[in-house]
Amino acid sequence: MSFDYKPYLRYEKLPHMWCPGCGIGIVVKAMIRAFDDLEWDPRDIAVVSGIGCTSRAPGYLNMNTLHTTHGRALSFATGIKMHRPDGNVVVIAGDGDSTAIGGNHLIHAARRNINITMIVNNNNIYGMTGGQYSPTTPLGAKAATAPYGNLEPSFDLPHLLRGAGASFVARGHVGNGRQLSTILKKGFAHNGFAFIEVVSNCHTQFGRRNRMADPMNMIKWISDRAKPLKKFGQMEEDDKAKYFPVGVLFEEKDRPEYTATYEKLIKKLSA
Amino acid sequence: MISEEHRIAITGNQAIAHAVRMARIHVVAAYPITPQTSVVEEIAEFCAAGKMDAKFIQTESEHSSMSACIGASMTGARAFTATSSQGLALMHEMLHWAVGARTPVILGEVNRALAAPWTILTDQSDSMAQRDTGWMQFYCANNQEVFDSTLLAFKVAEQVLLPAMVVLDAFVLSHSTEAVILPPQDLVDEYLPPRETPVKLDPDEPHAFGGMMFPDVFMEQRYKIEQSMDIAKEVILSEIEEWEKATGRQLKPLYPYRIDDAEVVVMCLGTAFGSVRYAVDKLRKEGIKAGGIRMWQYRPFPIKQLKELIPEGSQVGVIDRAVSFGISGPVGSEVKSVLSPESRNSVYGFIAGLGGREIQPESVESVFRAMLEGSADPVGINWVDVRK
Ligand code: SF4
Repeated sequence: MSFDYKPYLRYEKLPHMWCPGCGIGIVVKAMIRAFDDLEWDPRDIAVVSGIGCTSRAPGYLNMNTLHTTHGRALSFATGIKMHRPDGNVVVIAGDGDSTAIGGNHLIHAARRNINITMIVNNNNIYGMTGGQYSPTTPLGAKAATAPYGNLEPSFDLPHLLRGAGASFVARGHVGNGRQLSTILKKGFAHNGFAFIEVVSNCHTQFGRRNRMADPMNMIKWISDRAKPLKKFGQMEEDDKAKYFPVGVLFEEKDRPEYTATYEKLIKKLSA
Repeated sequence: MISEEHRIAITGNQAIAHAVRMARIHVVAAYPITPQTSVVEEIAEFCAAGKMDAKFIQTESEHSSMSACIGASMTGARAFTATSSQGLALMHEMLHWAVGARTPVILGEVNRALAAPWTILTDQSDSMAQRDTGWMQFYCANNQEVFDSTLLAFKVAEQVLLPAMVVLDAFVLSHSTEAVILPPQDLVDEYLPPRETPVKLDPDEPHAFGGMMFPDVFMEQRYKIEQSMDIAKEVILSEIEEWEKATGRQLKPLYPYRIDDAEVVVMCLGTAFGSVRYAVDKLRKEGIKAGGIRMWQYRPFPIKQLKELIPEGSQVGVIDRAVSFGISGPVGSEVKSVLSPESRNSVYGFIAGLGGREIQPESVESVFRAMLEGSADPVGINWVDVRK
């Protein structure tokens, strides 16, 4: 029997607002499959988002969802997790939302190692507001606010997050939903701050300006550059620039998790 | 004088962008937010295409945009940003800073309601929430006014060393195309010469900015800001005159409509005034002496002009598109405080048009009727078109 997504979706909210072929749908599907594999009860899941196309995802999910302000999803999520450390807290955000206006919160949530899963749908652009360059827009790529090419170097998100203290850093892409789901599952199960970058397509705002208006072309462009971590490691340095590694890039299982450490302190002081 | 040849069809957002280009801006720092975004997109395009000799930076948040504008302004540059709603709210801390630091930054503010819940449609809750920051505010009702106000804002701000917001309704102006006359560049250059500032960050003459002020001087600094607001009232009038001499177009702190003999008056800010005029005409046909006033200059508050325009003894209904919860609409309570000491008018506060709800001629008519029938609450909030 085919997989039944219905229980996980607010069916009455469909059709969704995304452009046909948008990568966000693939991420949502992979999330649902991962939740299902882990047998998480939707009532125990809180999905928090900020602003942007990606941040519309929780609205379609039939669980506890919170659509917050631009950049602050992780701060709201931190509040939720502090009071309900027993629940599963997941944040889904776009690259502009999470790494520009929310960049501060991103590195500090990672540093605290609080048990939240952060999924960043990285499509290299601000989609919803009309295609302005984001902190992950590649150098030279065109955007509404960079009509002659982007002058700003972009973030390498896994490196940034590892440096900031995330205890789980992974990357998937929208060209391989099954693999993405497996990666998300590992991130959800990780006890600590788990960061997952999803290399995704916004053919409407990024693709159109960069000769990839067709979503299939853009997803192919992404898939062709994705290499499993092991294979990527064996590549010549020069070739590495043309590809990106996917899979679990970094994992440290025994780093103390913030809410647990806090709980311990409370127990100790009230003993 | 300007000929019709300079007439082009542009949106309100483009009108700001053109004014900023013609003001020969030096630094533009902004962050995307609907429905402001097309202002800075247009500017980015002008910059990149070499039509503007300015630096455009897309920052990581509105808070940073305003910070960058203040920094640029402190070096003597002409600085501009544009935003809306949540973006303006996020700038709040820096709005105060811009005033305290006496930096004449100009901000294009596209009115959009604040969350939660989410909406991208217009009301004035975002800019009204900034009324106490010390920014001058000009509320526009058409795209020509948006263009003219932006240039005037630079001219006034740089003289009184206070920042200014040019405010326009989301979508109704920001994304609607109208005919706008752009004057030739040399006319603008003559009207708005390069900025001169008495004190700035200058390696040749170093100063320390952002110092600590103790109670012995702090209040005097605040008093000086208020003094500048007062001076601004006069400067605005003389700049309106200059602009009229140059272009033939006149801006007004307050726009009256059939007010002279009016016994009942409705006041508002922004594009909703179209509905006010319509309702006034309708009531006049019935023999009711109705009139309207649109407020363009909200900060500094045009106290003198308001008293001059509003006929003594008339009833005044103020429509606010923002609520100060627990009391009334912001403009309504201010008009009350201006007119009431002499008890010359009864003033009523109405709230309408929140979150993009249209203020229809019928809505305004109901405001007039409530006053005429004596059913309007003189103290509390009078809600218009609300399911209670
Ligand atoms: S604009 Fe881009 S990110 Fe937004 S829905 Fe369309 S394709 Fe997806």
